Amino acid sequence: MPAPPPPPPPRATADATAAARAVRRRAGFARHPDDRVVVGVCAGLAARLGVDALLLRLATVVLALAGGVGVMLYLAAWLLADDEQSRPPRPVTTQQNVAVGLVVLGVLLLLRDLDLWFGDGVVLPVLLGAAGSVVIWSRGDADDRERWTRLGGRIPGNPVQVMLADRSARVRLLVGAGLVAIGVTAFLATSEAVVALRQVGAAVLATLAGAVLVLGPWVARLVSELGEERAERVRTEERAEVAAHLHDSVLQTLALIQRAGTEPRRMAQLARSQERELRAWLYGRREPADATTLRALLDDTVAEVEVSHELVVELVVVGDAPADGEVAALVAAVREALVNVARHAGVDRAAVYVEVEPGAVTAFVRDRGRGFDADAVPDDRRGVADSVRGRLARHGGRATLTTAPGAGTEWELVLPLPGTDPQEQR
Amino acid sequence: MSGTAHITVYLVDDHRLFRAGVRAELGQHVHIVGDAGDVDVAIGDVRRLKPDVVLLDVHMPGGGGLAVIEAVRQTHPDQVFLALSVSDAAEDVIAVIRGGARGYVTKTIAPADLVDAVRRVHEGDAVFGPRLAGFVLDAFASPAGEIAASSDPELDQLTSREKEVMRHIARGFTYRETGQRLSISVKTVETHVSSVLRKLQLSNRHELTAWAATRRII
Repeated sequence: MPAPPPPPPPRATADATAAARAVRRRAGFARHPDDRVVVGVCAGLAARLGVDALLLRLATVVLALAGGVGVMLYLAAWLLADDEQSRPPRPVTTQQNVAVGLVVLGVLLLLRDLDLWFGDGVVLPVLLGAAGSVVIWSRGDADDRERWTRLGGRIPGNPVQVMLADRSARVRLLVGAGLVAIGVTAFLATSEAVVALRQVGAAVLATLAGAVLVLGPWVARLVSELGEERAERVRTEERAEVAAHLHDSVLQTLALIQRAGTEPRRMAQLARSQERELRAWLYGRREPADATTLRALLDDTVAEVEVSHELVVELVVVGDAPADGEVAALVAAVREALVNVARHAGVDRAAVYVEVEPGAVTAFVRDRGRGFDADAVPDDRRGVADSVRGRLARHGGRATLTTAPGAGTEWELVLPLPGTDPQEQR
Repeated sequence: MSGTAHITVYLVDDHRLFRAGVRAELGQHVHIVGDAGDVDVAIGDVRRLKPDVVLLDVHMPGGGGLAVIEAVRQTHPDQVFLALSVSDAAEDVIAVIRGGARGYVTKTIAPADLVDAVRRVHEGDAVFGPRLAGFVLDAFASPAGEIAASSDPELDQLTSREKEVMRHIARGFTYRETGQRLSISVKTVETHVSSVLRKLQLSNRHELTAWAATRRII
């Protein structure tokens, strides 16, 4: 590690600033605020030297144990760093990494001779551990890095498999883990100062520390990438679902409306039924096919009549019941009454009110149309009325028709439902 | 519709086209003093203009109609609101009513009926369309015995007459038709509806509080 040139003594403020600027220009590297552990000095310097930032970081830690030299070097480099990156980063090469590593080793030996040293028992194991971690985690060149990222994202939960992906990675893992293991063992064996560490609990702790050195960086990277990938996948699936639904429903309806051309009533019907369907979907109620309750069955039936018979139906349902055979018969009767309104009443609106009470369900189907004289019913209408009554009678219910010329019609349909408690169906 | 031209109305809806439509339909019957497409503008305008009736969309960005009602009623507790919405969700409708709206009608309402509804809330009555009447019957359906530790049992259930009135409105009858069928005057129908509105706003029934809680108004 090159020693920084001493700053010139300040003669005047302006001179000093200029001199500092000159020194900084000579330093030729900048802090790297995006990739930092403390303030980004190591990452900036690493980019300038063409070595892995991890190497410099661990070197700083090891040198810090050598009488605090690492801390001083770090602070000096921080002071000297440029404000902006002026030169493009040098590509990281193994050669450069090894060279800087050897320089650090040389400096360490020198410092040991000079007695700037916290003791072999501390520095040497840390050095070995750091070296192991660097061997495993220095990512060499860009291709290598890219492959790591890719595999890391694809095979979650199996770091060993990723590490063993190719021969050089295997060798690196082996050498690195060996160095870490030697470092940990040496620490336990030689550290006279910390006798307690020889006990079992401390050994486990030391092993864990070793594992963190080996796996830590990988786990950290994996966690952040997994989170991003999962969020992206959820977004993609949601988009696909919305697109599929809009295509099946809204776009189809828009196409139908364009074809309906000059029939405003038909267009309004289509728009209304689509609105119903879209709202049911948006509020997350259910798929159209699985109508398992009275309410759902009525929704579907009314929507179908609105489209097929160009009728606007105001539907109000109070309470609910399971959609069994009895209920289906009632809904069929409601449908028949609505179709009758569309055919004969001469209006485009009808109101349906259905209430589930304990023991019975009652439905009202009403229009404000022309109505008719119940005693002078044309045959076609009597047929429909008889059919509605027949449906209900077969299931033990009754149907009552109230009408008069000019006063609209109202059906009251009552169906007994033994054992129905509307509270439990809500 | 005569006798409504002096009523000042403010319109809040985030759909510009819908505001234009309502303006065109109501403009000749009532005095529309302004409109807004978002909650904050609406709160400021309503406080400043003090219209007789605010026609309010339930669903809007920024808290919806409920946010407008809550903010305005803090400074002007007597401001009259009528909710006008396409919303189908019972909890949204109940929430604006409990927030202080004097009625709820759907946007499919005929213009003449809407003018009538504006007049009614202006005169202090409650306006219940079929859908709201259905929600009310649903909410008050469970027997009163199930309501634990109610502070005021009177508030927690509908009288049989109120229930009959609600049923008729839910079936699509107007107040007048309801009165005729039950052999009572329109005024009596209005009294019943106002009483139901009061219960809806003040009752602590489990269903109502649960609905309201999902909208965080309690």
